[in-house]
Order: sequence, then structure tokens, then C-alpha cells
Amino acid sequence: MAAPKRGRRPTGAQGKPGRTLAFILIVMAALTGGMFLSGDTSPRLGIDLAGGTTITLKAKAEPGKENAVNETNMNTAVGIIERRVNGLGVSEAEVQTQGSSNIVVNIPKGTNSEEARKQVGTTAQLYFRPVLNVAAGGPVKQETPAPSPSSSASTGTADKGKGDGKASPPPKASPDATAQGRAVTEGLKAPSPGTSGSPAADSADKPADKPADKPADKEAAAKTPAPSTPAASDLEQRFTALNCTKPEERSALNENVKPEDTIVACGKNSADQWEKYILGPAEVDGKDVDEAKGQLDQQRGMWIVTMDFTKSGSKKFEKITSKLSQQQAPLNQFAIVLDGEVMSAPSVQQTLSANAEISGSFDRDSAQSLGNILSYGALPLSFEEQSVDTVSAALGGEQLRAGLIAGAIGLALVIIYLVVYYRGLSIVAILSLLASAVLTYSLMSLLGPGIGFALNLPAVCGAIVAIGITADSFIVYFERIRDEIREGRTLRPAVERAWPRARRTILVSDFVSFLAAAVLFAVTVGKVQGFAFTLGLTTLLDVVVVFFFTKPLMTLLARTKFFGNGHPWSGLDPARLGAKPPLRRSRRTTAPTEPKEA
Amino acid sequence: MSRLGTIGARLYRGEIGYDFVRHRKFWYAVSILITIAAIAGVAIRGLNMGIEFKGGAVFTTPSTKVSVTDAREYAEEASGHPAIVQKLGNGTMRIQVAELNTSQAAQVKSDLARDMKMDIDKIGAELVGPSWGKQIANKAWTGLAIFMVLVVIYLAIAFEWRMALAALIALIHDLTITVGVYALVGFEVTPGTVIGLLTILGYSLYDTVVVFDGLKEGSKDITKQTRFTYSEMANRSLNGTLVRSINTTIVALLPVAGLLFIGGGFLGAGMLNDISLSLFVGLAAGAYSSIFIATPLVADFKEYDPQMKALRKRVLAKRAKGEQADGDQTEQDGDPQDTVPGEAAVAAAGPAGVVEQRGRGRGRSSGRRR
Repeated sequence: MAAPKRGRRPTGAQGKPGRTLAFILIVMAALTGGMFLSGDTSPRLGIDLAGGTTITLKAKAEPGKENAVNETNMNTAVGIIERRVNGLGVSEAEVQTQGSSNIVVNIPKGTNSEEARKQVGTTAQLYFRPVLNVAAGGPVKQETPAPSPSSSASTGTADKGKGDGKASPPPKASPDATAQGRAVTEGLKAPSPGTSGSPAADSADKPADKPADKPADKEAAAKTPAPSTPAASDLEQRFTALNCTKPEERSALNENVKPEDTIVACGKNSADQWEKYILGPAEVDGKDVDEAKGQLDQQRGMWIVTMDFTKSGSKKFEKITSKLSQQQAPLNQFAIVLDGEVMSAPSVQQTLSANAEISGSFDRDSAQSLGNILSYGALPLSFEEQSVDTVSAALGGEQLRAGLIAGAIGLALVIIYLVVYYRGLSIVAILSLLASAVLTYSLMSLLGPGIGFALNLPAVCGAIVAIGITADSFIVYFERIRDEIREGRTLRPAVERAWPRARRTILVSDFVSFLAAAVLFAVTVGKVQGFAFTLGLTTLLDVVVVFFFTKPLMTLLARTKFFGNGHPWSGLDPARLGAKPPLRRSRRTTAPTEPKEA
Repeated sequence: MSRLGTIGARLYRGEIGYDFVRHRKFWYAVSILITIAAIAGVAIRGLNMGIEFKGGAVFTTPSTKVSVTDAREYAEEASGHPAIVQKLGNGTMRIQVAELNTSQAAQVKSDLARDMKMDIDKIGAELVGPSWGKQIANKAWTGLAIFMVLVVIYLAIAFEWRMALAALIALIHDLTITVGVYALVGFEVTPGTVIGLLTILGYSLYDTVVVFDGLKEGSKDITKQTRFTYSEMANRSLNGTLVRSINTTIVALLPVAGLLFIGGGFLGAGMLNDISLSLFVGLAAGAYSSIFIATPLVADFKEYDPQMKALRKRVLAKRAKGEQADGDQTEQDGDPQDTVPGEAAVAAAGPAGVVEQRGRGRGRSSGRRR
């Protein structure tokens, strides 16, 4: 390896071409190995290549809330839309914000895209509804008397459903409620004043000491029959039959629901078990909540959610809490329902008005997410469908094939051109292109699971266009080497001298390309981003390959006889390049023979 | 090819060359004409905006035996709007219906599936709201503006402000021409086109940067010599990097051409085509402008620099002296005051690679003071 070098000793990586080459080969091997180890041996395909539906939404702020289109709201909306779409039983759907006001929903094939569109386009609805009955989420075997104006005796206890094979504890508001809990583990009370410590055992609700079976109270809870309350028996039947563990049943629940109806709903309790509810007409809606946040209660060292209501909201809230606080569990519970799904069902122990706090077995995330839901549940944003793109799997496959064929042909054309023009030198170019290809492919495959990169059609285009950018760097370098040879240098010094100059050109021009890609990536939405991303990635890789692969390879090859002596087929034949012979052959080249006088 | 190598060498050494800088007025005029044509094209004919910019639906059907006429009938019947139907190379159909809102489209899709007797899941649909295209266009303008500002700053740092300005002018020139071609030929403008346009930004500059780099190197110690004026130097550098620019352009165009002709041939239309078409036009314009527009512009700007003016004076004075000393100017270059108008554009000339001819009285020669 270490052939004695004549002349100036290049420094750094350039001095040890063997090592640099070994290094980049190891990196390539590692990336490829990682690709196989992680099992992601091919890039994730985007919707337009694999088939599926892409929906692009644009947020529009409601009048009077012009600054509502902000990051928090957008992220909340993403969360809500994600829940809805995945509620359809699609587990693969991706919902992402793009830019400042767009949300892109990718739904893979095999899902009813029409159904998904319905779910995605509507605005989220948040209501507070009194709980009339609770049961475990599976279908209930025996009849459970549900509280309704007609049936008076109910403790609200439902038999343990076997729907999900797990029984949840009976919904007694027992002080043992802990994290294994029930929805009742959450209690609603007035916020404790900042400094004074509040009673400790808040996480477990005390049952109200009122006797439960007061018919009057029963009625209070279940009266105000809504105009369209379905017949009680019908409601009961639906309640009994409902299996909350099935996504399709859950999503069906939210169809054509009016706030004033008595409804059947599902929700997860704090132990992540599905439960089903019968809920009364909505008393307060999301717009009545002024602000809510999840925060850490310093005194008690637990996470709580605080709510502030608007003026009109306070009045409504006061009315309903004064009613509910009189009730026995579960009728003292208050379901916070988002899009027909019960998010939380705290029990009420006192009359509340302008503000309240919900405590229970929250952790940081669940507190903040409930806070978000309460704040933005009825989003201050409405969404407008910008585009809906449905691609059948067959079409996707075809597009992919066309892209790959185009890429292969483009690559072949470039290689042919390089071979014809640069002869032996083209070996360096072809090997470098291959190195680029390996790096690009393995990185794309790894980035799929890594950052959710999906290869879409424009991204394929970007990769193909990048072939040219990559090859351009080699051309710049090769031409420089040839210029040096034309100056009359032998190959080895020519290779070394040409490098710093070529390097500069390559860096500047690649930087410009990268800048274009970065700007494109930053401002665009949807498919264009894929294109910009690939372009940027390949531009970066181009620099890496030229520095760590092409240059050292060139240095090594310059030591071989074939190249070093300028074999006619090496593409570096001084005679062919029209190098200046070392002898002076005055062919009107330089040489002013001027009298030297001023 | 070996001849090319030799030509490359002679270009590099300045034994042959074309005086781009001296004939700049001609090329400026050509560019201005093309640009005017482009602007007029956009103004008069307007751009053929695709469905994505108007709102509507594009349905893609699997390969079918249904004729275009029938398909159009079905689509118009189902939607009540005029439809454009293309049969693509592989037997699939592309049916575009404008002004269809997204909720109506589902119905149209199922009607089409029924009429054309195909599985509804096999029909691809692209539904676009009317503001989608506007949004893309707005973002593109934003990107364009941001990019231009950044790149001018960068080039001003990497090279100098004159080059940055010249590059910017060349860039605007490329974009205008590309848009103009779209207007004149009537290609459809889609989001893909916009992507292509934005990509031209980076690419058109790539070429310019390669040329400018040579230029910068060539003019490093320009004030320390009295053989060439800046313009002549610029021209020499340009000729020296000519092979490089041509090669990089060809190599960049090859894959794009592959995309355009092959991708398009397979799919007939769609994203691949849209991107590659605008790229192809833009790249070609970019290659042209980096040689014929950007570099001469830099030379023009530079000649106003007092240092360069002084240099020009020195060079001319020296030349005048040389001419008096001996008429056989072995190393003359530029244009002495009394050149014989020649006609060969490319001819062996002095080492400056400057052809001994004036551009037929077109403009003044660069070697003349005003």
C-alpha cells in the first residue's frame, strides 16, 4: 500500500487512500448489514406506489379566531384525526402535519376510503354528558337494567362482560379505586387554592354519602328526555349488544348523533380497558371550555387537569354539576365525549362553576392529552379537503415499475456516455455511482422506520435526477485531471493537484443544489417534499462519495500501470488529450517575445 | 472522441475558441427575444392549468377495451361536466373532469365503474379542491423568493456580488423561458411541473457555478498582468470550461430524458412526465444561459470596476505599442482598433482564444473604450 510518494506529501485522508476507501466500504457494509438486520430491506413505499388514499386537508381558522392555526391546535387535530381514522380498524394510517396549515392523511389500501374521508373531514365534537350507565366493554350476556325513566332500580352496575376476556371491576365508587381502575377514579372538584394542601385521598373518590336510590334523583339524572330519545328498550338493546372492542362498532356509534340525544358510547378507562356507557343529552359543549391544561399539582405530587369555563359555560356547568353531585355513582359521573368516544368520566362531588380540576390516576401524558382535548376538542379549526388521491394497487405498482425502468435507462445512458467519453476513467465513475446507489438505497430503507420516510413517485424522480448531479461531480474532477495532464504533468501529480480545485467546484455547486432542495422541502406540502428530500439526501451523499470514494480510488488507480502511464484506453492518454509535450514545440502557444522595456 | 479530447485541450489552452463575450450583444438580443416571446406567450395564450389548479377529479382506470368516446360519454353523463379522456400507452385511461367537488366525485367514480364494467377498487381517483393548486403555487412562489435571496447571498460570499447578480439574472431568464415554452406549446401545468420548475433553480445554477468557478480562478491575478482585459480573461476561462459545462449538462439531461421519454411512454402522463418535462426545458435553458448570458454579464459588470478599467487601459496601451513595434502580432489578442471583419465564428487565433473579427459591427468590441 504505502508506496513511497514523490513530491509533496498530501495530508489527511487524501494521503491514505487505502484507509479512506476501507472506511467508506465498512460504512457501506454496516448500513447494508443494518438494513438486513432490521429487516427493512427495501424502502417503505408511499401511497402512490403501494396503493391507498392520501387526503390533504388545509386548516381554516373560524372567524374571530384568526390565530387559531398554530402548532398546538394542529397537533391536537392530528391526534383527533388519527384516532378517528384508526378507529376504522386501520392501523397503518398516518396523519402528519405538513407546513403550517396542512394535515396529510395517508391511508393504505384495503380500507374503505370513502368511510375514511367522512371521518377525516368533519370537525371534532366535544360534549359533556351525564352518565346514565356504565358497563364493561364487551357485549353483556344478561339483561342489565339500564337506568331510564321507565326503570327505576339501578345501581348502574353491569355484569362483567366477557367481550374482551377481561373483567373490569364493578363500577362501585369504592375508595379502593386506583390505577387498575374505573373511569370513576377520576374526580371532578373545585381547584384547590394554590398553597393550601388539599385532602390527600383525592385519587380515590369517596362515594357521595347521599342515599342513592332516591327516585327523585334518578329522575333528575335521566329526565329531560330529549326530543329524539330512542325508546328505552331500543337503547338498552343497543347497549347490551355493543362490543366496544370492535373498531367498526365504535365508529358506527358516532353516526348521526345529535347533542340532544341520549346515546350509547364507548371509552377506555384508566386501565386501558374498554367500557360502554349510556349517556344523557349533552349539557355543556367544547366551546364552553375556555382553557384546560394538564399540570402537576405540586402539593400532592400528582398530575391533574384544570379547566376554566367561559361565562356562559360556567352557568351551564354549574347547573349540571349541582345536579350530578347529588347522585350516587355512576350517576354522578360526567362523561367528556369527543367524537362519540368517552375520553374521561370523572365523578362530581360538588357544585362547580367557572373552573374545576379533574384528578385521578393521571400521568403526565394522559393529563396533558386530556387538557388538550378539553381545550381544543371542539377545534377552533375547520378543515377543508384540498385533495384526495386514491391509487389502486395495480396503478401504484405500474408507476413504480415505470419509475424504476426510467431510472435504469437513465443510469445506463449516463454510463454509456461516460464510457465513451472517459474510457477507462469511467470505471471510477461507475464504481462511484454504484457506491452512491448502495448508500442511497440502504439509507432510504433505514429511514423508513427511522423517520417515517416513504418513497413516493416524486422521490423516485428525485433519485433519478440525482444520477446526473452525482455524475457531474465526477466530470468536474476528471476534467480537472485532464487539464493538469494537458499542462504536461504526469498522472500522479495531476490527480493530486486537480483535487483541491475540483473539490471547491463540487462543494459550491452541491451546496447550491442542496440549498434548493432544502428550501423546497421547507416550503412545500405533500408529494413535493418527497422529491426535495431525495434530492437533498443524494446531494449530501454525492459529497460523501466523491470525497471518500472517488478521490481515494483515483489516487490508487493512478499508481497502476494502465492509468499511470496513460494507456490509450485509460482515458488519460496525454497524446490524445493533446498534452503539451515537455519539449518546446512552438506552435504559437505562449511566449511573447517582446522587447522587455517599459 | 480522441478528437474531442484534442479539441478540449485546444479549448483549454485557448488555441481555439469562440468569443462569447465579444458577441454578447448578439446573444443578449437572442435571449431578450426568446424572453419576450415567452412573456407574450404567457400573456396571450396563458398557461394551460391542470385539473389540480382548477379543482376537479382525475380518474385513472385499469387497462380497458372501452373506447375514448364511450368513456367520455360515460364520464360526462355521470358528472354533468365536460370530460377530457386520454388513452395511455398501456391501455389505461385517464379521465379528467373539471369543477367536480370532492363529494360528487365518489358518485362519478362508482358510475364510471358500473358503465365501464370494472371493479371500483381498481379505479384510481385524484380529487382536488379548487384551492389546492393555489396553495401549491403560493408555496412555490415563497420557495422561489426565499431561494433567490439565499442563493444570491451565498454566491456573493463564495464568489462576488457581480457574479451573484449575473447568476440571478440567468436564473430568472431560465425560469421565464421554461414557463414560456409551457405557454407556447400548451403543455399542462400540474404540481409536478411546479416541482420541476423549482428544481431547475438548483440545477441551472449548478452549471453557472461550474463556469464561474473557472472564471474566478482565471481572474485571480488578473491585475498583475497586462496581456488580457477582464473580458478576454473571462472568455478564455469560459472556453476552458466549455467541455466541462457541456458534459455536465448532457449527463444531467440523460436521466431526465430517460424519465421523459420512457416514463412517459409507459404511463403516458402523470407525475414522472410533468417533472421531467419542465426539468428538461429548464436544464437546456440553464446550460445555454450559463455560457451565453451569465458569464458575459459578469464581464460587463466587471468592466465598470475602476481596477478593471485601469487594467484595460494598460492592456490597450501596451497593445498599441506592440502593434507599432511589429505588425506581426504573435501574441495579440482582444481586438486591435482596426481589425478586419472576418466571418468565421471559430477560428484559430491568438492564445487569448479571441477570434480576430468583429461581430459584423454588432455592438462595440469589448476592447474599445466608450
